[in-house]
Amino acid sequence: MAAVVGAEVADGRGRPLSLAVPGPLSGAGSHSSPGELGLSGAGEVRRPDVDDPPRKMWDLATALIRVIGDDGRAVGPWAPTLDVAVVQRGLRYMMLTRELDRRLLMDQRHGRTSFYMQATGEEAIACGFAVALRDGDMNFPTYRQQGLLVAAEYPLALMVGQVYSNELDPLHGRQMPVFYSAREHGFFSISGNLATQFVQAVGWAMGSALKGDTSIGVGWIGDGATAESDFHSALVMASTYRAPVVLNVVNNQWAISTPESVARGGAATFAERGHGFGIPALRVDGNDFLAVCAAALWAAERARLNLGPTLIEWVTYRAAAHSTSDDPSGYRPKEEPLRWPLGDPIDRLQRHLIATGSWSEGQQAELHHEVEEVVAEARAEAASRGTLQSGRQPSARFMFEDVFARMPPHLRRQRQQAGF
Amino acid sequence: MPVMTMIEAIRDAHVVAMERDRSVVVFGEDVGHFGGVFRCTKGLQERFGTDRCFDTPITEAGIVGAAVGMAANGMRPCVEIQFADYMYPAYDQIVSEAARLRYRSAGDFTAPLTIRMPVGGGIYGGQTHSQSPEALFTHVAGLTTVIPSNPHDAKGLLIAAIESDDPVVFLEPKRLYNGPFDGHHDRPTVPWSSHDLSEVPEGHYAVPLGQAAVRRTGTEVTVLTYGTMVHVSLTAVDETGVDAEVVDVRTLVPLDLETVIRSVTKTGRCVIAHEATLTSGFGAELAALVQEHAFYSLEAPIERVTGYDTPYPHTHEWVYFPGPDRVGKALRKVVGA
Repeated sequence: MAAVVGAEVADGRGRPLSLAVPGPLSGAGSHSSPGELGLSGAGEVRRPDVDDPPRKMWDLATALIRVIGDDGRAVGPWAPTLDVAVVQRGLRYMMLTRELDRRLLMDQRHGRTSFYMQATGEEAIACGFAVALRDGDMNFPTYRQQGLLVAAEYPLALMVGQVYSNELDPLHGRQMPVFYSAREHGFFSISGNLATQFVQAVGWAMGSALKGDTSIGVGWIGDGATAESDFHSALVMASTYRAPVVLNVVNNQWAISTPESVARGGAATFAERGHGFGIPALRVDGNDFLAVCAAALWAAERARLNLGPTLIEWVTYRAAAHSTSDDPSGYRPKEEPLRWPLGDPIDRLQRHLIATGSWSEGQQAELHHEVEEVVAEARAEAASRGTLQSGRQPSARFMFEDVFARMPPHLRRQRQQAGF
Repeated sequence: MPVMTMIEAIRDAHVVAMERDRSVVVFGEDVGHFGGVFRCTKGLQERFGTDRCFDTPITEAGIVGAAVGMAANGMRPCVEIQFADYMYPAYDQIVSEAARLRYRSAGDFTAPLTIRMPVGGGIYGGQTHSQSPEALFTHVAGLTTVIPSNPHDAKGLLIAAIESDDPVVFLEPKRLYNGPFDGHHDRPTVPWSSHDLSEVPEGHYAVPLGQAAVRRTGTEVTVLTYGTMVHVSLTAVDETGVDAEVVDVRTLVPLDLETVIRSVTKTGRCVIAHEATLTSGFGAELAALVQEHAFYSLEAPIERVTGYDTPYPHTHEWVYFPGPDRVGKALRKVVGA
């Protein structure tokens, strides 16, 4: 056999093998044009019944569910029936999230915190998803779902206190800024080891079903971290036990400097990853607040009716840097966020409210002012209890607590040695 | 009092824990209908239903990851990893998640789960069915690491592990499942029924975590050991005639330092025996603690008897295994020093 192979190479019929290694890309992501995005028009995608067989929903993983049209009106079968007050509240949460991000980023620049991560451009996903949540449901978020906390009316001063690592920090300075934990507000402790939370969300949902409870689990992951094995563990566990869970992939196009196509490989979309597990999957315009609400409500209803998991790919764009430790100018053009075809989620929802006559420029200006004030008050309250710069950090005594339910002798000795 | 094998004792601990607390659920590969490849969960599904004991896909990360989420939601999962050698895909979930959840969330979320896994060699399992990775757990803040050496302790410690509010790694020496293996692989297997500690109380009892047990009192030297090596060490003591005190550590973290130091202070000499590889093994921690707390009582250097720093071999498993001859040699050396 070896001789035959050798002969092929010798006479030119055999060619050396090569790989499709992703090179330094265009610098414009891989989904930069509407055509490549599979961009459908608002209202064009069908809405199946929640109890349709998964196999009959497969087209929804390659389409893009959109509700708000270019004229600002909500169209098509996915247009949700929401009280206008709910939509206005959603707008407020999105603006609060953006303002909080803007101010805390500046706080990092001024040394009041060590680190920060913004969700700029992605606010509609967390704030919209919250519409589908009920008391007792549990999110297993990544570090870019602060909108869930804002929409759950978590005290902003506590968020700021956590970011400032001061006396207010509920986590006693043990976690990096933005790694919140808020059980009572349906927000699981953030890890930082990517993807681990995805399968935990499935386990939480399994626990809920085993207990005969009615609450559901909600997993969150980024496009890049879908390449982790925990993503696959989550899908197989969710599929096998038909767990009452909604599994969200936030495709914001960038994993730090790496375009989403590197994790996606040859697949058409992240949503399609659900099909191998028999899990219905939606692909949704994540910058369309109404589409987010509609898809979240649909998937949550499937979970609540015991129809099993749903995978949702939220197509969006990380408009800001990955974190305060990142500078995107090294890997993507400055103007790319502005060219992004799905637009700004806050602008789009404002235009919708104005187009439907339930909002005015005046109200918008008033809300903008109110949001600035609320964030300023939260920051002032938090700053009065210290910042990374001004001190009043949590006692170092906390360092030794909560390692175990009860402190074992060896930790007691070490705490004494440390002088606390 | 009923006489049980280690397998029966572990099974009985499950039954007791599951009867007392509805939130205790058991899952893992082959543990449901079949009852586990070592039969430790046999009959649980039949008795408690598929909601309480069920099979999983082959995904150790999925098993432990789901258990973390479930535990955070008020359940008490007791999961099985089929062999400790297979736990590595779950290591991130154990180390970065279960172990630190209470700490990182300041008690907002906790992970009261038990992760059982068979350890050790002696069954011709080669390098993927023989490992003793206890040091990979004892090095991690927030984990309790337990390794029983007999049916009585196995039941009591497993009940304590399941009832613990923290994650517990429960290591089961597979060579002890069916008998108190003395390290002489060429001799007939001795059944558990011939051993005092196969008498297992009925119903509920706990062997407290963090407490060592002195298996033999002695005056000349202290042997610090756990798991299979407890029996191997006792055999070596008999065969050499050295009057050794054998301490079964039982819980590695948190360690019963008091019992360890009391014994070494009394005998003035110390041998440490474990099956795991030598370098950075738990024996290194024990040796460090002994010199720190009992240095001026020591009359000889501490001797470690362990597996070699090689992968666990298949054909030459008994060359690798630190049997009674090697322990005996160390005893004589330390006593003669």
